[in-house]
Amino acid sequence: MYDRQNKLPVRKRDLIQVDGLVKYFPVRAGLFQHVKNWVQAVDRVSFTIREGETLGLVGESGCGKTTVGRTMLRLVEPTSGKVLFDGRDIFLLSERELKDIRREMQIIFQDPYASLDPRVPVGESLMEGLNIHGIGTQQERFDVMLDVMQKVGLEPYHARRYPHEFSGGQRQRIGIARALTLLPKFIVCDEPVSALDVSIQSQILNILKELQAEYSLTYLFIAHNLSVVEHISDRVAVMYLGKIVEMTSRDELFRNPMHPYTQALISAIPIPDPHLKRQRTILKGDVPSPLNPPTGCRFHTRCPIAVEQCAQEEPAFQEMQIDHWVACWLAE
Amino acid sequence: MNQTDTNVATLDAEGLSLKSVSLWQITWRRLFKRKSAVVGMVILGILIFIALTAQWIAPYDPIKVLIGVEDVKSRQAPCIHAFGCPEDQPQHIMGIDGNVRDQFSRLLYGTRLSLMVGFSTVTFAIIIGTVLGALSGYFGGWVDNLIMRTMDVLLAFPSLLLAIAIVTVLGPGLTNALLAIGIVSIPAYARVVRASVLSVREMDYVSATRALGGNSFQILFLRIMPNALTPLIVQGTLGIATAILDAAALSFLGLGAQPPTPEWGSMLGSERNQVFTAPHLVFYPGLAIMLTVLAFNLLGDGLRDALDPRLAHMSN
Repeated sequence: MYDRQNKLPVRKRDLIQVDGLVKYFPVRAGLFQHVKNWVQAVDRVSFTIREGETLGLVGESGCGKTTVGRTMLRLVEPTSGKVLFDGRDIFLLSERELKDIRREMQIIFQDPYASLDPRVPVGESLMEGLNIHGIGTQQERFDVMLDVMQKVGLEPYHARRYPHEFSGGQRQRIGIARALTLLPKFIVCDEPVSALDVSIQSQILNILKELQAEYSLTYLFIAHNLSVVEHISDRVAVMYLGKIVEMTSRDELFRNPMHPYTQALISAIPIPDPHLKRQRTILKGDVPSPLNPPTGCRFHTRCPIAVEQCAQEEPAFQEMQIDHWVACWLAE
Repeated sequence: MNQTDTNVATLDAEGLSLKSVSLWQITWRRLFKRKSAVVGMVILGILIFIALTAQWIAPYDPIKVLIGVEDVKSRQAPCIHAFGCPEDQPQHIMGIDGNVRDQFSRLLYGTRLSLMVGFSTVTFAIIIGTVLGALSGYFGGWVDNLIMRTMDVLLAFPSLLLAIAIVTVLGPGLTNALLAIGIVSIPAYARVVRASVLSVREMDYVSATRALGGNSFQILFLRIMPNALTPLIVQGTLGIATAILDAAALSFLGLGAQPPTPEWGSMLGSERNQVFTAPHLVFYPGLAIMLTVLAFNLLGDGLRDALDPRLAHMSN
């Protein structure tokens, strides 16, 4: 059919450029459903992902990272901003062009129990993408389906089974296989291991890494677990309440976190040594509501080192050191 | 390699059931476990059998008046040879009705009519209700508002009253009665489908189809609708019982099936003043209606229970 025997070394060009992405969800009320308020889920987020690399997107639940992932695939329509895929703004594409470009970017969902149609045998679910785009003959589609199943470690006879007959880890592997069938360049991994047992998590992460090498994939890996992110990412972006507060390479982030929120997150990572005493930065209070975010720097209400300027002016997202971006007035 | 993530009891060594089991098969098995549902299905089976074979089982023609043919009187009591009725009198298992016709034959033919009424009105209402509910649930916005407020208007009226009003406008007769009952049944199905679609629409497997490049049509008909139809099955089965009752009520009032059509409700209606003088003419049609409605209710309840826990199973 067609092959991607891409054995060339990965070129470091920008595959994805997100520029000023904004997504506000309307809160409607009243008989005529007028808009009462806006949930500011994503507020001017910008980043780039280079071809072949994995960008980890970390943050607490509700910080907007899943919304970023879905908006990048236009599963959710943005309020404003640009997402350039291979130089093309995907928000300006027509239906026809969008359908074509959808082959290049795919998504793996968080909940393995909700991501597969329960009425359909998994083999059919896997061939769905090929059917929609009319790729190949029936036999060729069947062969592709068997091939991707084998790549994620499933057997051919699994194709006739229904989703409810599999375990969570197996279903997640089916989800990964489904994302591969169209041979995309870019995959959004929306917390793919968060719903799985810890022992299964490592299996899935290893599968993802192997596939990235074999298929020359670029990942946006969304997670809230920093240990997982450390394992799989090349670069990491930290989100808080709809904004990116820090972004740099993986090693640099864990060696030298400059934003107080990142420092708090890293200090919270469990270390398997009960005798080790260390300084924990424990944040006070709860995450403010995205309906009514704090003025100035959104983190100032919980920041241990906040000063008056933090409450008044929003800090710019600047390159403080080489390829180390921070949004904080007090970062040096 | 897969040993660590197999944890379901009915699995083989590799971690999967030896035989693929679809959701329908699971539902079917659960349904048969409930005795009441089985009773309902048996009664239903008998009724369908009678409806199909009425012309061969019925001893007499249901609309043929027997005045010159046999020596029987109007509203004569049942005469069953096995139970002692003299051999020289013609056998009428359920007696003679007010127009000197054999009631047993009329009852048997009435099965055909009642089942047809039930299925046709419900089919009509389900088709229209499903389309409206699906459009409403999927597109939301003003489409949803328009459709649902219209359904609310229909629901505001008691169904029988609305059916009577429609029939009064259109004129009496079985077809108009069917139309009336069909129309008043639509809102219930529209609401059920709309609720289902609203919940299924948010599921990840629907987003997956969109991410793979599916258009709205494919998403709605291939992914959403098949999963949203489960509550509709239960609602439809119970709805058949209600439709049969409504048809009987309309015919009872003289607005539905017109004489000489054998319909249980009209048979009841024309003899309602003879409860004490000819109780067999009220008892048997009433019993027939009751058994039919009972059968559908038992089946519907069984289906609801067979389908519901499965949903809880699935998310395990």
